[in-house]
Amino acid sequence: MSALPDTAAVDTAANTTINFGPQHPAAHGVLRLVLDLDGEVVTRVDPHIGLLHRGTEKLMEYKTYLQATPYLDRLDYVCPMNQEHAFVLAVERLLGVEVPKRAQYIRVLFCEMGRILNHLLNVTTQAMDVGALTPPLWGFEDREKLMVFYERASGARLHANYFRTGGVHQDVTPQLLEDIHDWCRKFPNTLDDIEGLLTENRIFKQRNVDIGKVTRADAEMWGMTGVMLRSAGVHWDLRRNQPYECYSELDFKIPVGKNGDNYDRYLMRMDEMREATKLMIQCIEKMPSGPALAQDKKITPPRRSEMKTSMEALIHHFKLYTEGYHVPHGEAYAAVEAPKGEFGVYLVANGTNKPYRVKLRAPSYAHLQAMDYMCKGHMVADVSAVLGSLDIVFGEVDR
Amino acid sequence: MADDLKDLAVAISESLAGVALDHEIANGELSLCVDAGKIVHVMRTLRDDPRFEFKFLIDICGVDYPQREKRFDVVYHLLSISKNRRLRVKLQIDEITAVASVTDVYPAANWFEREVFDMYGVMFSDHPDLRRILTDYGFSGHPLRKDFPLTGFVEVRYDDEVKRVVYAPVQLQQAFREFDFMSPWEGAQYVLPGDEKAAEVKK
Repeated sequence: MSALPDTAAVDTAANTTINFGPQHPAAHGVLRLVLDLDGEVVTRVDPHIGLLHRGTEKLMEYKTYLQATPYLDRLDYVCPMNQEHAFVLAVERLLGVEVPKRAQYIRVLFCEMGRILNHLLNVTTQAMDVGALTPPLWGFEDREKLMVFYERASGARLHANYFRTGGVHQDVTPQLLEDIHDWCRKFPNTLDDIEGLLTENRIFKQRNVDIGKVTRADAEMWGMTGVMLRSAGVHWDLRRNQPYECYSELDFKIPVGKNGDNYDRYLMRMDEMREATKLMIQCIEKMPSGPALAQDKKITPPRRSEMKTSMEALIHHFKLYTEGYHVPHGEAYAAVEAPKGEFGVYLVANGTNKPYRVKLRAPSYAHLQAMDYMCKGHMVADVSAVLGSLDIVFGEVDR
Repeated sequence: MADDLKDLAVAISESLAGVALDHEIANGELSLCVDAGKIVHVMRTLRDDPRFEFKFLIDICGVDYPQREKRFDVVYHLLSISKNRRLRVKLQIDEITAVASVTDVYPAANWFEREVFDMYGVMFSDHPDLRRILTDYGFSGHPLRKDFPLTGFVEVRYDDEVKRVVYAPVQLQQAFREFDFMSPWEGAQYVLPGDEKAAEVKK
């Protein structure tokens, strides 16, 4: 047994510091993790973020409210409309605009679509992080179909810029609703297929069960929201507890975890996708007719057809697209249940046509900061599994 | 809802008498202005008092008002899940004075305080690791201050000759243009071109 290394040699080799990223496929973007290792056990994680920092908040201070909305799409580019939603809610609260019912249903329809877009990406790429290649291929096929729906409603697959203060930019066509409805009926089969690949998969379970455990106390400590919080068994969903838009009129369940580990979060995300599909169907079936944009002429632009005949409409159009509307003095914090957790917009308005300060509260920012706490004592290989399960997108972490 | 917030405001003002300076209810949200020196005490009370139970720190951010003597607002957003309530706590601070860090009360404050420091240069005392967080390694200045130009001072590009990324002072092909679409008859704060002598004539 003389081939065994002596203990002194082990000690010197024991503590290593390695760089994970910034270019690493499992880092889900540009994350640099400085990992201190004791053998293969992680002793410290120091995430270096900001490699994708674009100064969104600063840029928004120099744009009118209408021009600031597209920046929201570029935060969490996996579910763009959910971010827009928080911003328009904040502006609407300050302006006191009433959103027509139809617009509310359209918004919820597309937000739930965003939830599926996000979870499909997250669940499948997390599977890829732990070694499965087929789920992302299957999941991305349906993501593509959803993005076509985005495109048919807003004109863009990703950066939709669809939600406007007082409603949505354009009404949806009956044909589009019908096609979404068709898709919703078929989608659960895709979910069954993906579940068939993962839920009882031995490798997937070995990599995820009891990894990255979160308790209620941890979630409180680190300000975790969304799936992270619910995986610890806490019943908290802004759609249910602080309902916005028409969520109080819809029937949906909120999956809650038991063990707070990666595997629970995977199961919850799968269930949330099923619930989101049901919500989409309800939205389509219950969608009332009527305008999809508030009729306040000083805030929402006139229809194109109106502009051909009405001088007033032409003036309003010109003023709204150059000067924009003015938001009265005040501050508001609007939060939505984005797929990753609570996405909030803290808006300070000073009576002009530009926001004085916009603070974007990204859920993954708070989650990523708990990396050190969650990974301590885990193996190196678990770092990427935990990271995948946290559901990080750097667009919103770095802003 | 509004009554509930009023009761909460009264209860908080009582238990934090002398520390809570002012409160305001607007748009269905309660904001509380507190003494900057007592922020840790405020946070601890709000978290631990069974009447409040604000267990979640949602966000910390800064706001810059350069015309004020204490130019920065530091804004804390709290959430209570058990009572289903939100609260905003604000304090005012100048450029030199440090705010006590609340990382002992809410570990989540760590990165949020780092961000406020990075973006505004507000110092936090007793913070375990007050480094820059979002800006580049070796960045100088605090970008979200109102006197920091939108275009910044430094630009980065890959230089093919030296085969690495180089930093250079920012060069604008065209001066940054900020359009002001305010209508002149709705309270513009400047003198219109050609109108310079209008005020003199009036005298």
